[in-house]
Amino acid sequence: MDFGPYLFLATLEGAVGAAVLALTAVGLSLVFGVMRVVNVAHGEFFMLGAVLAWWVATTVGGHPALGFGVALLVAPVLVAGIAAAVDMTVLKRIEYDPERTIVATIGLLYILQQVTLMTYGPDARPVEPPFNARLALPWVEWAEGGLRMYWPWGLSTTSYKLAVIGAAVVVLLGVWALMARTRIGLLMRATQLDREMALAFGIPVERIYALVFGLGAGLAALGAVLVVPIQQAHYLMGADPLLLSFIVVIIGGLGSLPGTVLAAVLIGLSDGIISVFFSPTLAKILATLLVALVLVFRPRGLFGAQAV
Amino acid sequence: MSDLRKSLVLHGGVLVLLFGLQFVLPAYHHGVVARVMVMASYAIGYNVLFGYTGLLSLGHAMFFAAGMYGMGLTVGVLGTAPALAFGVVAGALLAAVVGALALRTAGVAFMIVTLMFAQAGYLTILYFGTYTRGDEGFVIPQAQRVLGAVDLSDPANRYFAALALFALCLMVSLRLVHTSFGRVLIAIRENEERARMLGYNVFARKWAAVVISGTLSAAAGAFYGLLFGYAGASFAGVQYSIFPLLWVLLGGAGTVLGPLVGTLFMFYLIDLSSGVTSAYMLIAGVALVLLTLFAQQGLMGEVRARVWRWLP
Repeated sequence: MDFGPYLFLATLEGAVGAAVLALTAVGLSLVFGVMRVVNVAHGEFFMLGAVLAWWVATTVGGHPALGFGVALLVAPVLVAGIAAAVDMTVLKRIEYDPERTIVATIGLLYILQQVTLMTYGPDARPVEPPFNARLALPWVEWAEGGLRMYWPWGLSTTSYKLAVIGAAVVVLLGVWALMARTRIGLLMRATQLDREMALAFGIPVERIYALVFGLGAGLAALGAVLVVPIQQAHYLMGADPLLLSFIVVIIGGLGSLPGTVLAAVLIGLSDGIISVFFSPTLAKILATLLVALVLVFRPRGLFGAQAV
Repeated sequence: MSDLRKSLVLHGGVLVLLFGLQFVLPAYHHGVVARVMVMASYAIGYNVLFGYTGLLSLGHAMFFAAGMYGMGLTVGVLGTAPALAFGVVAGALLAAVVGALALRTAGVAFMIVTLMFAQAGYLTILYFGTYTRGDEGFVIPQAQRVLGAVDLSDPANRYFAALALFALCLMVSLRLVHTSFGRVLIAIRENEERARMLGYNVFARKWAAVVISGTLSAAAGAFYGLLFGYAGASFAGVQYSIFPLLWVLLGGAGTVLGPLVGTLFMFYLIDLSSGVTSAYMLIAGVALVLLTLFAQQGLMGEVRARVWRWLP
């Protein structure tokens, strides 16, 4: 394959990663923005979404589309419920103290991961995609007498991958509408701006917190359900989304949703492209160092307004 | 008895007890206690920063690994004692650089910055897999584990070397809390603004605390590699940054004996639970959540609050 089509293919793969990453990172960003806490267990909620999707799809059986469809609805709701329960039993009790929350969510990370290992086991298991038509893609080249379109061998994607990108865009628009256009979004924004004042105005801040924590985890789980037909469900799969979400949220500016989406697209695409052409380990080393240095020298992030 | 004398008697007594234990312990527990003492030295290093200065680092594994790899990669070339020193110096230098950068941030950002630096360090070890052998790690041959005329792969010598390291770290920690430098660190932990207003150079002292903490951690890492003859990338991973946090929280942050108590307790908790489940990190996770919820002070912190108010 020539360089042009190869780069195009890498970009497409990167775009799928970016779409899932955007969902996961927006969940983390939402929790940080409204509650001012860092959820280290976010990657495990992602993993839980994938594992539950496998469980639901296997239990339902029948046509792949049926199992996947049910999983798409059930898994994120279940994960959101677990997260909200954790918020009410643990985080509320330590009064959302930033440092104690990090320690508690580290504990939660290991609890979720190890319980999954003990019940689901160490195997990676696939979920069948609901539809998976292979689509060959055209490419253009200069030939005698102008542009010529041709179909390079190997340049293809699947209808499912395109659907993941589309679904992510729809969900992100939904989150934006929820935050900007609904009453519950208004309450969330009020809580984010000034917790005390929101409380004084009779906003049930504790319930908002549980809701936001559940919503954040649910978004991660949704991203995982979308990606599980491409990448299998495994109990250790939470580490990479966690690291990448951290990178995205920090580069995008903590608590800034548009910044997070922009950074997710940027990081997801470049991660995809760099990983194809260079060593993925090197890409990750550079990304983690970039995050550390951004936090040190520009704590607001590249697009954000709030400092950590 | 004055408080200082009581504290000297207590800590000296613990060291004597550890010295005496080697003659009565069965072989298995003899090995476990040697390992615990090296890891407790790591926890003491962590405690200097977390317990006394109030800075929560999520990246101490990079200092531990700097000591371990600084020693392990050079021991074939330099010889045992210089390699050991090289590991400690490598950790100290890394701590000086990371500290100077990370201390520009505070609170949650400090935790994330240290986490990211440690992650970059871990990935770097994987990236240079040709030399470090990545996750698989490498064995340090027995011929290179001889310090002077003492063969450190022999269990009795190994126990003694671990005890020597632990005693040194304990003394440093105990001495630290009695110096004015240590008291300023505690002042910074309690109220950084007030310490700054009183005219102390807060940044310089926090930086010194990072360097001391990193150096002790690196010493523990270098000794661990030497005593147990192995260096692997897993020691640089997130898990080994979480462990000292867990041990110190369990034993009691900001107490001199806390790191030992926490490490010993956790080692035996995991050891005992291994009969029930192999998912030992579950125990660690549950312990972390319960500690943040119910026992912020840790074991020695409770002892200080209820019985011995003079405990340093």
